Amino acid sequence: MIRHIPLIFKNAIRNRRRTLLTVASIAASFALLGTLAAMYRALFWSDPVPGQELRLMTRHRVSLTQSMPASYEQKIRAVPGVQAVSIVNWFGGTYKDEQRDRSNMFARFSTDPANFFEVRPDVKIAEDQKQAFLRNRRGAIAGKTLAAKKGWRIGERINLTGDIWPVNLELELVGTYEEATDDESLYFHHEYIRESFPQRSARRDLVGLFWIRVDSADSVPRVSKAIDTMFENSPAQTRTESELAFGLAFAAFLGNIKLFLAAICGAIVFTILLVTANTVAMSVRERKREVGILKTLGYTPSAVLSIILGEAAVISVLGGALGLFLAMVLAAGIRQGPAVFQQLKQVYITPTVALAGIAAALLIGVASSFTPAWNASRTPILTALRATD
Amino acid sequence: MRIPFSYNIRNLVVRKTTTIMTALGIALTVAVLLSVLALVNGLQTSLRSSGDPKRILVMRKGATAELTSGVTRQAFQDLKFKPGIARDSAGQPLASLEIVTVINLPSVDSEAGMNVTTRGLLQPGIEIRNLKLAEGRWFESGRRELVVGKGIAARYPDARLGGTLKFGKGEWTVVGVVDAGTGPINSEILGDLNQVAGDLNRMEGLSAMWLVAEDEITAKSLINSINDDVKLTAQAKSEVEYLEAQTSSAAPIQFIGIFVSLIMAVGSSFAAMNTMYAAVSRRAREVGTLRVLGFSKGSILTSFFLESLVLALVGGVLGCLLALPLNGLTTGVGNNLTFSEIAFNFRVGPDTMATGIVFALVMGALGGLFPARSAARKEILTALREI
Repeated sequence: MIRHIPLIFKNAIRNRRRTLLTVASIAASFALLGTLAAMYRALFWSDPVPGQELRLMTRHRVSLTQSMPASYEQKIRAVPGVQAVSIVNWFGGTYKDEQRDRSNMFARFSTDPANFFEVRPDVKIAEDQKQAFLRNRRGAIAGKTLAAKKGWRIGERINLTGDIWPVNLELELVGTYEEATDDESLYFHHEYIRESFPQRSARRDLVGLFWIRVDSADSVPRVSKAIDTMFENSPAQTRTESELAFGLAFAAFLGNIKLFLAAICGAIVFTILLVTANTVAMSVRERKREVGILKTLGYTPSAVLSIILGEAAVISVLGGALGLFLAMVLAAGIRQGPAVFQQLKQVYITPTVALAGIAAALLIGVASSFTPAWNASRTPILTALRATD
Repeated sequence: MRIPFSYNIRNLVVRKTTTIMTALGIALTVAVLLSVLALVNGLQTSLRSSGDPKRILVMRKGATAELTSGVTRQAFQDLKFKPGIARDSAGQPLASLEIVTVINLPSVDSEAGMNVTTRGLLQPGIEIRNLKLAEGRWFESGRRELVVGKGIAARYPDARLGGTLKFGKGEWTVVGVVDAGTGPINSEILGDLNQVAGDLNRMEGLSAMWLVAEDEITAKSLINSINDDVKLTAQAKSEVEYLEAQTSSAAPIQFIGIFVSLIMAVGSSFAAMNTMYAAVSRRAREVGTLRVLGFSKGSILTSFFLESLVLALVGGVLGCLLALPLNGLTTGVGNNLTFSEIAFNFRVGPDTMATGIVFALVMGALGGLFPARSAARKEILTALREI
C-alpha cells in the first residue's frame, strides 16, 4: 500500500480539473456538514460551561408565563445543598422603536443583585461597578457585547416601557459584565418594579423564575426533586430543571431542531457519496486499459483495488479538510450573529468534530468508490486491454 | 442547424449511472430547499388564509401580542357599544373579552413539553370566529371544561377528547374538539372566560378584546375610532394585520434552510460540471464529426448546454417527488408573538415545485455552461484525433 502512494497522488492530479471540481463539491458539502455538526454538538452534547452544571432554574409548572410567590425564595434556600437563590424575571417590554429596529430587542431581566452575584460567581464585573449596581436601585448592568453593540457608556439612560409588567422604568447603566454564555442581557433591580406597583396589588409579590446554585453537581437531581416535591400541594406548583435543559426548551421552541439537523446532514452525506462515487466511476471507466497494463506489469487485483480506493480517499479527505476549514469560518460567523439562543455562542469546530469529519470523509471516499474499484480490479487483463473508452 | 434533441436524450440514457448519480445529487439539494419552503409556505398559508379583515383585535397601547397585553372589564363595557360592531340574532354586539395564557404540555414531538395558548372567552367569541365543533360539545360556564383545536388534539396526548389537564386551581376536562380550519384556534385551547380568569387569579387582569365589524369599510373606521379614543388607551388592528406579523415565526428556519440549500447548490453545480466535462471529453470525436457534418459551433454549444439542463430537470423533478410526501404532514413551530406552538401542515404547492425546478435548472445552467463552451471551442482536427 505504502509504495503505491506516489502513484495514487499522480493519478489524483492527472485530470486536474475533475479533481478540483470534485474537491470543491465535497468541500462545499463538508463546510455545511461541519457547521451543522458543530451546531448539533453545541445544542445537545456540549459540556456545561463552568459553573453552569451547578445551576438550576425553577419555574411555575404550568408554564413560564405564570408567576410564583416571591416567598418561595426563603423555602428554596432552606433545601439542603442549595447555596444561593436569586429571583429572575423576564421583563419583556419595549426599548425605543424595537418594532422597527430589531437591534433594539435584547433580553432584559429584573433580579436581586446581591443574590444574582451569589448564584453566578463567574460573572466578571469591576468591583466599583458591582458596588454601584448594588447601591443604585435604578442601576442596571449590561453584557459587554450588548453594550458595545448599542454603543452604551456608563451613565447611559435606558428607558423601558413595560408590557407584562405594566410599569415604565428609567434605568441608568452603572456597569458592564462579562460571562461566557450570556453577555447580551440587561439586568436591573426587581425592587424597582415591585415599588412601582400599588401597595395592595397582587402582582407585587409574584416572580417568574428562581435561579439556584447548588454545592455540587451530584446534588442537582436531588435538589430539583426536593424543590418540586415541597411545592406539590401549593397553589403554584413548580418545575425545576438544570440551566442547560431550561435553555434547550427554548431551542425546541423553534421546531424539532434535532430532526431538522439530522435530516439535512443525512441528505448532505448522501450527496457527497454520490459525487465521489460518480467521479471515481468516471475515472475508472476512462482508465480501463491502464488497469490492464498495470496487471500485465504484475500488479495484483488487490493492489489495483487499493490504488483506486486510495485515490478516492485522497480526493475525499482533501475535500473534507478544505470543507472543515470553511466550516470554521462559518462557525465564527454564527458566533458573531444574533444570540437566538445561548448555545449558538458555543458553535466551534472542536478537535472531535474535525476528527469525526475527516473520518467521515475517509469512510465516504472508500465506500463510494468500492464498487467501481472492485469491478476494475476483477476485470480480466484481456477485456481490460481491449476496452476502447 | 440544430442538433436533434434526441441526441442528448440518448446520451443521457447511455450513461445512465452517471446521469442518475448527478441527477440524484441535484434532487437532494432541491428536496432540502423544497422541504424548508413547504414549511414556511404552510405556516404562511395557514396564517394568511384564516385572517378576516372584519375581525378586530383590541389590545393595550404598545402591546404586540395578546399574551403581553392587558385590558380591564371597564374598557370592555366602553368598547362594546361602539357603533359599527356587528350584532347577533338576539341583537347583542359581537364582542368578546378574553384572557390568554400559555400552558406547557408534553407533545408527540417533545416530552419536555411545548407551550400551548389557552384562551378564556365569552360566548360571542365563538360566533365571532364562526367556530364549529368537530366532536363533543362546548364548555359550560362555571365548569372546568375545555374545547381544544384539532391541531392540539392531534399533537398533545393529554388534550384529546375526554382527557384532563391540570392548571389553575384544579383539573379541567376536554369536552370538545373544534374544527377551525387552518386558523389560529386550531392550535389553541378554549375555556369559559370567568372560569379561566378565576383559576388564574386574574379576574381583572384580562388580555384583549375581539369584535366583528358590520363590513370591511366599517371595520376601518371602527379601528380608527378605537385608536383615537383617549379614554380607552387601547389600540385596534384587524386580524389580517395581526396574523401577518406572526408569519415571521418561521424566519429562523427559513434562513437556515435557504442558506443550507444555497451551499448544497454550489456543490451540486460543481458535480454537474464534472459530469458534463466528462461527457464532453468522452465525445470529443463525436463533436469533431458533428462539426465536419456542418453543425456550427453555436449548435454544439446549445446542444451540450441543453443536455445539462435536461440532466438538471430530471434532478429537479426527482427532488419534487422526494419532497412531495411532506405535503399535508402536520408540524409545529414556535410562534414568536404568542410564545406558543402553532400547528400547521407542510404545503408543497405548484408554486413551490416550480421554484424547485427553476433552482435545479440554475444548477444545471451553471454546471453546463463551461463544459459546453469548451466543446464548442474544440478545433475540428484535434477533436477528431482525440481518443
